[in-house]
Amino acid sequence: MSAVPYRLVVGLEVHVQLATNTKLFCSCSTKFGAPPNTQVCPVCLAQPGALPVLNARAVELAIRTGLALNCRIDPVTKWDRKNYFYPDLPKGYQISQFDRPICGEGYLQFPDPDSPGDLLTVRLIRAHLEEDAGKSLHDESSGTADSRIDLNRAGTPLLEIVSYPDISSPAAAKAYLTDLRLLLIYLGVSDCNMQEGSLRADANVNLHIPQADGQTVATPIVELKNLNSFRAVERAVAYEAQRQYDHWQRTGQTIHDAPKQTRGWDDNAGVTKAQREKEESADYRYFPDPDLVPLKVTADMLAQQRQLMGELPAAARTRLQNQFGLKAYDADVIVSQGRPVVQYYDALVGGGADARRASSWLQQDVLRTLKEHSWSIEQFPISSQRLGELLQAIDQGNLDNARARNVFQYLLEHDVSISQAIEALGIKQIDSSQLTDLCQLLLQENPQVVVQFREGNTKALGYLVGAAKKKDPNVDPKQVRELCEKLIQAM
Amino acid sequence: MKLENLSAVALGKKIAAREISCREATAYFLQRSQELDPQVGAYISLLDESAVLAEAQRVDQHLSGKVHNFLAKQSPLTGVPVAIKDVLCLEGWPTTCGSRMLKEYRPPYTATAVDRLQQAGLVVLGKTNMDEFAMGSSTENSALGVTRNPWALDRTPGGSSGGSAAVLAAGMSPLAIGSDTGGSVRQPAAFCGVCGLKPTYGLISRWGLVAYASSLDQVGPMAHHVEDVAALLQIMAGHDPRDSTSLNVALPDYVQQLDQPLDGLRVGIVSEHLHHGSLDSQIVSAVQQACRLLQELGARLVEIHLPHSAHSVAAYYVIAPCEASSNLARYEAAHYGFRAPKNSDHQSVTIRDAAGRQSASNLGSNEPSPLERMMIASRSQGLGDEVKRRILLGTFALSAGYADAYYKQALRVRRLIAQDYQSAFQQVDVLLGPVAPSPAYVLGEKVDDPVQMYLGDLFTVEANLVGLPALSLPAGMSNSGLPLAIQLQAPQLQESRLLATAHQLQRAGLFEPQIAPLG
Amino acid sequence: MQLSRDDVRKVAALAKLELSDSQLDDVAEKLRNVLRLVDQLSQVDTTGVEEMAHPVDVHSVTRGDQIQAGLPREAALRNAPQTDGEFFLVPPVLG
Repeated sequence: MSAVPYRLVVGLEVHVQLATNTKLFCSCSTKFGAPPNTQVCPVCLAQPGALPVLNARAVELAIRTGLALNCRIDPVTKWDRKNYFYPDLPKGYQISQFDRPICGEGYLQFPDPDSPGDLLTVRLIRAHLEEDAGKSLHDESSGTADSRIDLNRAGTPLLEIVSYPDISSPAAAKAYLTDLRLLLIYLGVSDCNMQEGSLRADANVNLHIPQADGQTVATPIVELKNLNSFRAVERAVAYEAQRQYDHWQRTGQTIHDAPKQTRGWDDNAGVTKAQREKEESADYRYFPDPDLVPLKVTADMLAQQRQLMGELPAAARTRLQNQFGLKAYDADVIVSQGRPVVQYYDALVGGGADARRASSWLQQDVLRTLKEHSWSIEQFPISSQRLGELLQAIDQGNLDNARARNVFQYLLEHDVSISQAIEALGIKQIDSSQLTDLCQLLLQENPQVVVQFREGNTKALGYLVGAAKKKDPNVDPKQVRELCEKLIQAM
Repeated sequence: MKLENLSAVALGKKIAAREISCREATAYFLQRSQELDPQVGAYISLLDESAVLAEAQRVDQHLSGKVHNFLAKQSPLTGVPVAIKDVLCLEGWPTTCGSRMLKEYRPPYTATAVDRLQQAGLVVLGKTNMDEFAMGSSTENSALGVTRNPWALDRTPGGSSGGSAAVLAAGMSPLAIGSDTGGSVRQPAAFCGVCGLKPTYGLISRWGLVAYASSLDQVGPMAHHVEDVAALLQIMAGHDPRDSTSLNVALPDYVQQLDQPLDGLRVGIVSEHLHHGSLDSQIVSAVQQACRLLQELGARLVEIHLPHSAHSVAAYYVIAPCEASSNLARYEAAHYGFRAPKNSDHQSVTIRDAAGRQSASNLGSNEPSPLERMMIASRSQGLGDEVKRRILLGTFALSAGYADAYYKQALRVRRLIAQDYQSAFQQVDVLLGPVAPSPAYVLGEKVDDPVQMYLGDLFTVEANLVGLPALSLPAGMSNSGLPLAIQLQAPQLQESRLLATAHQLQRAGLFEPQIAPLG
Repeated sequence: MQLSRDDVRKVAALAKLELSDSQLDDVAEKLRNVLRLVDQLSQVDTTGVEEMAHPVDVHSVTRGDQIQAGLPREAALRNAPQTDGEFFLVPPVLG
C-alpha cells in the first residue's frame, strides 16, 4: 500500500483530564474558567507543610478507563515524584506514577481509515494518574515582561495514556485519537474538551527506512507538541514524516546520531519547529512520594467500575447493525455522536418508528439542527416520543415527507403535539371524494395533458399536481398523481 | 511563686482550680522569656504580647464559665503556656524554619498539632530557634541567630530543636514542641536535661509541619516531666484526614497508664550501642544506673543485637537528603519566600558556566533565562550551607546512574534495620541505651565537619528509619555539670509502655527535673 | 565514589544552586567525605530485600470528591515576592 520509501512509526501520549469535581490531591474545584488563582489552597500552592490526599473519584475513573482499554490492572499502585523546576509547578516536582502505574498494558481497536471494513489495533504501554501543572502566561511579543502564573489548574487530575509506536499513518493517528476520545466520552471519565485542554496529545514520530542491503535504518525520534486538534495531529505527523525523510536524505542522521528532540507544530505555517528543551529533561530523579501511601486495587473496585462502563462504541456499532439492519456507515455516524444520541435513536425505534427512517431523520434533520444551534441532544426540544409519532404518521401515509418537515420545524419552536402542530399549520386531511372531484375538474380543464400522457409522456402529470396544489395546498401530490392516472385510464 | 519549678500538669491543676489565672501564668513566662532569652537565644520570635495575653484571657473566661464551647476539649494542660519550634505553621505569624528563605513567610494556615494545642486551651508563647529546615544537630545552622545551652552558655543546646529544649532548660516555658527527623527532639532534650519524645511515625499529624524528610519527620512533645510529655502527646496524637500517612487507630489514655506496673518488663540493652567506641563513659554509667533502677522496679535485662546498626547513619544520610532535595525544591521564589534582588547574582559568570554546560546540546540560547537566574540566585542566597549540602547530596543520590547504589540500597538497608528491630522486640518490650555519644559540646566544635556532626546521630536515627517511638530522659549530670541522658525505644504505637517506663524511672530518682541557673 | 568538581557543578545545576569556584572546592571536599561515610552501604548484602520507602504499613488512603473552600486569592498571593493582584509574577521564562 505504501507509496513512500519508508515506514512511518508513531506513538501517541494522550493526557486526559478526568471528570472530577476536585483536584487530584486537594479539595479545590477543577471547574474551567475561574478568575486566576481563585481555586487554590495550601496544597496546590505548595505552601510549606501542606500535604496531598488522593481523590478517590480520580482512581475510580482511571480504573474504568483501564478496563475499557483492556489494560492489566495490578493489585497495588503507588505515587512517585517527578522532579523538575518550573514556576507553574509550585512544588518543584509533579506527583505522577513511575514504575507501578494504575493501568498496565492494554489495547484499543478501531476502524482502519486506510482500509475500510478492517480494524486497527494499537497496543498501550500504560495509563497513569498524575497532576497537571498551572498555567504560565508569557509576554509573547517582546519576551521581556514578567511571566504571570495562575495555579487554578495546578493539581488537576490527568490520566496519561501512552501507546506503543503501532501507528503507521497520519490518518490512523487521527482515527486512534477520535476513537479514544469517543470511548472516554462514553465512559463518562472526561469531557474531552480540547479547547479547554481536557484532552491533549503529543506524538512520538520517526521513520524506518529499508536499505538496499536488507537492513533498516531509523531516523531520530521527534516528540511533536502543540497539537491542538486531531486535524493538527494528522497534518503534523504527515509533515514531520516528510521532513524527517528529507533530513535523512540530506544528512544521513539516524537514531544513533541524535537524541530525542522536541518540535512544536505551527498550525498556521503548517510546519514543525525545533523547541528549546528543558534542561533537566534527562534526569527527573523519580522516587516514591513519601507523603502518599500505596493504593490497593480490590476486586470489588474493579467489579464496580466494570458495571459502570455501559455499552461501549464498538459494541453499539455492532448492535445497531445487527438489531436494526443499519449499514455500518450509518451505525458509525450515530454512535460517533455519543451515547445520548444512541439512546435517542433506541427510543425512536423502541417507540415504533421504522429503524431506517429513524436513522435517516436522525442523521439529516436532528443532527443538522443540533449543529445549527450548537445544542446537545439533551437540549433538543423534540422528545424522542414526539418525533417517533411524527415518523409513524409518515409511515401510515398521513403526512408526506415535505409536510412532515414543516411539522418538524414547527415542533422545534412549539411544545405541542403532532396533531396540534398539523392543525396550527393548516394541514388538513382531504377526503377521497373531494380529491376525485378536484382531479376530474383538472382533467377537464387540461385535455392536452391527457393527450400527452396517452402518448407516453408520464411527466405531463406533474403539471396537474402543481395545479392541484395551487387550488388546495393540503393535497398529497402522490395521491393526486395516482388518482389522475387512474381516471385517465378509466376515460 | 516560682512557676518554672512546677510541672506543667501541676500548673494546669492550679489554673483549673482558679488558684492562678492563665493570664497570670502566661504573663509570668512571657516576662521570664523576655528577661532570659537575650542570654540564650532560644526564640526566633515571641508572639505579640497583647495577642498572647488576650488569648490567655479567653482561656480564663472559658474556665470561669463566661464563654462556652471555646475549647474543643479540656486537658490537664489547659491554660499552660507552650513554645513551638519554628517549623510548625501558625496562621498569620512568621514561620521561618530558621531560614533566610522563609524569614518573611507567614503561613495561611495552622499545623494540626498546633491547632490541637490551641483547641485544648494551651497558649503559644513563641516560635523557637532551630537548625535551618531542621537540618543539623546543634542549632548552629540557623540563619536567625545562635542558641546557647542554658547549662553552659558556650555550648550547643543540641539540635535541630535546640530552641525548644533551651526554652525548657531555662524555665522560659513549661512545655515545648519540637520535631524529630533523625534525633532532633531527643538529642537537644538530652543536651539540655529535659524529656523529649519522638512518637511512632504517623501518630501526630504532619499537616503544617514544614517538611525536611517526609518519611522520617515526626512532631514531638518536650517537657521536664514525663507526665507532661504524656499529656502533650494526648492532645496532639490522633488521626488527621489531611495527612495520608496519619495512623487511624484507637489511642490509649497515656496519662492514666503512666503507673502501669513494670514488673516483668523485659528491657533490652543493645550491645552495638552500649559498647560503641565513641560513647562517653559517663553516659555508659547513666545507662547502667537506669538499668539498676529498672531492675528494682521488677524489670529484667536482656542483651540484644542489632546487626545492621552500624549502617544506620549511612542509610539515614542518604534517605533524608534524597527526600529533602525534593521537599526543598518548592523554594524557588515564585510563590513565596526570599527572592534575590535583580542583578544581585554577583556570581553570574559561574551560573552561566554551570547552566551552559548543562544545556550545551540544546537548540537556541544556552543562556539561562531571567527566570532561571532569579531561581538560582534566590535559592543560592536564601538557603544556608548545610541545607545546600544536603540538597546536593540528595540530588546526586537520586540522579540517573546513582539512584540504585545510593537511594534504593539505603531503602533496602532500612528494611534490614527494621527486621533487626522486629526480632529484638520479640525478645524484649523496650530498649534502653544512650541518646548521643557525648554531652553537649562547645559551639563551633563540629559545625564545619559534617561527618563528625552526622556521626553524633548514630543512636537516634534508627527510630526514625523504622518509625518507632523513642524517648530521651534526663539521667544525671556530668562531672562538668552537663546533663546526661538515656534513650528508651519501644515497638510502634507502644508509647504508653515507653512513657510508663520513663515516668517510673524519673519517679524512682534517676534525675530530678531542674531549671538551669541563669544569671 | 570520587566526586569531581564537575560532578558537583552538574548536580548543582540540577538542584538550581550556584557555587562560586572557591565554594565548589569546599563543597566537593565535604560531599566526598560524606560519600565515604555512606559508601559502606554497598557492603551490605541486600539480595532479595524489598525497598522500604515508608516506615509504617498504611495504604489506600483517599478522600471523597467534594469541593472545599480553599484560600481567598488575597491570602494565596500574600506571601508572593511579586504579584499584580491576580497572578504570581516571575521574570520572563523566555529571553
